[in-house]
Amino acid sequence: MNWSRRHLLSIEELSKDEIDHILENAFSFKEVLLRPIKKVPALRGKTVVNLFFEPSTRTLVSFSLAEKHLSADSVNVSASSSSVKKGETLLDTAKNIESMKTDMVVIRHSSAGAAKFLAERLESNVINAGDGTHEHPTQALLDFMTIKETHKDFRNLKVLILGDILHSRVARSLMWGFMKYKTEVTLCAPPTLMPLYLNDFNVKVEHDIDKAIKDKDVIYILRMQLERQEKGLFPSLREYIKDFSMTYERFQTIRKKSIIMHPGPINRGVELDGTVADSKESVILEQVTNGVAVRMAILYLLNGGKNNE
Amino acid sequence: MAKDFRLMGEKEISSIINKMALEVLKSKENIENTAFIGIIKRGDIIAKRVAEIVEKRENLKIPIGKIDINLYRDDLSIIDYHPQVFSTDIGFDLNDKIIYLFDDVFFTGRTIRSALNEIMDFGRPKKIYLYVLINRVSAELPIKPDFSGSDLSIPKNRIVNVKLKEIDSEDEITLVKEDN
Repeated sequence: MNWSRRHLLSIEELSKDEIDHILENAFSFKEVLLRPIKKVPALRGKTVVNLFFEPSTRTLVSFSLAEKHLSADSVNVSASSSSVKKGETLLDTAKNIESMKTDMVVIRHSSAGAAKFLAERLESNVINAGDGTHEHPTQALLDFMTIKETHKDFRNLKVLILGDILHSRVARSLMWGFMKYKTEVTLCAPPTLMPLYLNDFNVKVEHDIDKAIKDKDVIYILRMQLERQEKGLFPSLREYIKDFSMTYERFQTIRKKSIIMHPGPINRGVELDGTVADSKESVILEQVTNGVAVRMAILYLLNGGKNNE
Repeated sequence: MAKDFRLMGEKEISSIINKMALEVLKSKENIENTAFIGIIKRGDIIAKRVAEIVEKRENLKIPIGKIDINLYRDDLSIIDYHPQVFSTDIGFDLNDKIIYLFDDVFFTGRTIRSALNEIMDFGRPKKIYLYVLINRVSAELPIKPDFSGSDLSIPKNRIVNVKLKEIDSEDEITLVKEDN
């Protein structure tokens, strides 16, 4: 297929073919990571700015490595060390950086729609690296890539997304993607952490974790955003663990070929038991490796020649 | 409506493959230190076919790799769409090896330039030979094949289309009719 997008803003806007195209390329880029010299000249002379207004380790390192492997030059800007602290607006910051003749902007921001906002106003290609509780498209793509390594056919797949779905942009991106593949998705969370927007999606809801985990091929556990507890969304951590944590006991009841996924960072012993995270069923570190390959594929595809003019 | 002009069929292609194998066997290079690399999508098939003949004659296994040169193209910032990338697969150490590089058509030499750069990122071969089915003798760079099945001097806008059984269901080389 001929890729004609200039920005990657959400999974919602992508077609199934476009997702497949990214993944096919990503598998080829994974091979580059295994080479003695992990560097190809595809984006030589291009400049990428990683604008991270929210803390991040995995995503920022992953994007930075992807850019370096493609021979692009990259600069990282974080909110805490930039003029944002002095009151500069997002648009001013971005426009000023772009005036230094950059080609691509990777943005993480606490406001939903921040990436789209920039895409509509900048000349550069824009990649959404997480915008508020809206979407985190590159995370979902690396998750799809990881699942494809063990389960080729998404149509006959049973997926469980477990945990703090309300605040999770990853969950939204995953749901949009799985919907395009017509995958059976079940959500499991305390009612207070279950979003109201579910009417948009064709998903099942199950509040009993022991029932929910039984027949799934993929068990995707979300991070319990501990800061939420103070807001009274669940009574106590102990109670959450009792009702919604993937404990070792529960892990022993899952299907034999199920895989355990998590977008990181893990709160060991809260949403996920440490032994389960380190088990052979866990593909969590594979997700991280695939993240670099997926981001290389996206940077490469978005930066096509004439589409940028 | 003018038809595509058929340049070669299965017999002619197979004869070139045989000649390639003979040429490899004839060379004074140490065959045990030899490896083949094919450029995706059809050079890798040619490499495999030649290797089969050489392996049978010499009773040894030749390491075969394949490379996708798209990430090394010199026109990535000009072309409309970035082409799909396929996996390069060089599963052997190519330091100090004699490399035979295979492609279907040699045209401007730019693909070969990309391939050479990519190979060098994997190691430092002792020598690289270039074998192609067709040489269009219109190089834009100071590169030329060491072996070509046939030399073809045609205008730059004409297209030579190579089909190989493994992916195209038949062996055939055609000169595509002009578009107008």
